[in-house]
Amino acid sequence: MTLLEAVEHRSHQDLRLCFQCHKCTAGCPSAEDMLFGPDRVIRMLQLGEERQVLGSPDLWLCAGCGTCGARCPNGIDMAPVMDSLRAAALARGIRAGDPGALAFHRLFLGVARRLGRSHEASLLILYKLRSGNLFADMGSGIRLVLKGKVPLVPHRIAGWSEVAEVIDACAPGAGEPQGEASARSEAWN
Amino acid sequence: MELAYYPGCSLHSTGQEFDLSVRAVFSRLEIGLAELEDWSCCGASSAHALDPDMAVLLPARNLALAERTGLDVLMPCAACYNRHAVATAHLREDPALRARAEALFGAFDGAGSRPRPVLEVVCQDLARPELLAKVVRPLNGLPLVSYYGCLLLRPAAILQSEDPENPVLMDELLTDLGADARRWSYASECCGGGLSLTRPPAVKRLVGQLVAAAREAGAEAIVTSCPLCQVNLEMRQASGRMPVLYITELLGIALGVSSPAWWKKHLIDPAPLLRRYALVN
Repeated sequence: MTLLEAVEHRSHQDLRLCFQCHKCTAGCPSAEDMLFGPDRVIRMLQLGEERQVLGSPDLWLCAGCGTCGARCPNGIDMAPVMDSLRAAALARGIRAGDPGALAFHRLFLGVARRLGRSHEASLLILYKLRSGNLFADMGSGIRLVLKGKVPLVPHRIAGWSEVAEVIDACAPGAGEPQGEASARSEAWN
Repeated sequence: MELAYYPGCSLHSTGQEFDLSVRAVFSRLEIGLAELEDWSCCGASSAHALDPDMAVLLPARNLALAERTGLDVLMPCAACYNRHAVATAHLREDPALRARAEALFGAFDGAGSRPRPVLEVVCQDLARPELLAKVVRPLNGLPLVSYYGCLLLRPAAILQSEDPENPVLMDELLTDLGADARRWSYASECCGGGLSLTRPPAVKRLVGQLVAAAREAGAEAIVTSCPLCQVNLEMRQASGRMPVLYITELLGIALGVSSPAWWKKHLIDPAPLLRRYALVN
């Protein structure tokens, strides 16, 4: 199965309908920072340029806002396509085009895996520690803590292990950014 | 009327004033809210970022819990609402995924309980004259713009939402409450909330455009129904300090149930603006 077929199947979108009108990219809030933009990502999939697509930062810059899908004259919703492309890149062990974004999502799921819910204080601290730049952009986080908006003590729900079971089945090693590589290559396929 | 209530992780932390104002307003509207027992995280933007199945199975746990209550479930957070609504649609259409969900969380048919956002309940379930009959403090022409962001509107086919390019429910509600809802073209533009931690420069650009457009439209505050938009819009404003209020905070003022504790939670204090329009003491 080509990547195009796999992604169409997983996202329930028919990418062969795209006639390159570029409306998706024209309205995309992240296009300015992308290497290709959603329209070219579709064209590259049609042409079989799989490696370039899967390694691009574009997959990780998609904000999931759905503006492209709302405006596509052929009814293609790119947000689930981008979701499927990220999953495919991870399954093939391709280095994320934006490693910071991948690290953030793994930490988020790692916290949810242990507590059953998110916990912003843990997440912020873990993310800053991992990015190796503890003090960059910390002002906003500190302001939130001072407002009493970020409870410092995490709360674990009774059914947390049911949440952990889903995360372990779907994204093995999500909570352990260092150790996931070996588990991943088998389990994500 | 009685609803199950799913606050979601944000309303227990960065969106506390949303939680407080939702509870106060719904109590005044005599709509009972029963918090879903032992609810869990929906996976927000991180589950679907890594695995499409996980993005359905995490909400499925809450959908199963909700169905056992036999009640529709109020989900004020736009992201939680979106993920649960999308998961409901996928579970309906994908028998294999549904079987996985039922093996984990027990049988549920998805028909007994619907996830619902605040705006839909207030604008569709309540007769407007009855709602307005409860208004004790009209909003005195406070100039605002309605800001929906993404997740209440898109994907429209699944959410059965308003026109994602021209939503009007929030404008109509605010106008009926006595506010001056200004016309602008950015109600459904993305604020970049999902990228706020990983790409601050890009997000500051998006927030800057929104706030500038709101100011140009003559607004003095932005109204939202999404806790990710709210915190992002307040946190990432580079210049100026335009308050960003939840729709339920304005409803709370109009219905006479607002509390100073709400304004203290904001990164940009809305109290001076509200005092100027004689909306708080």
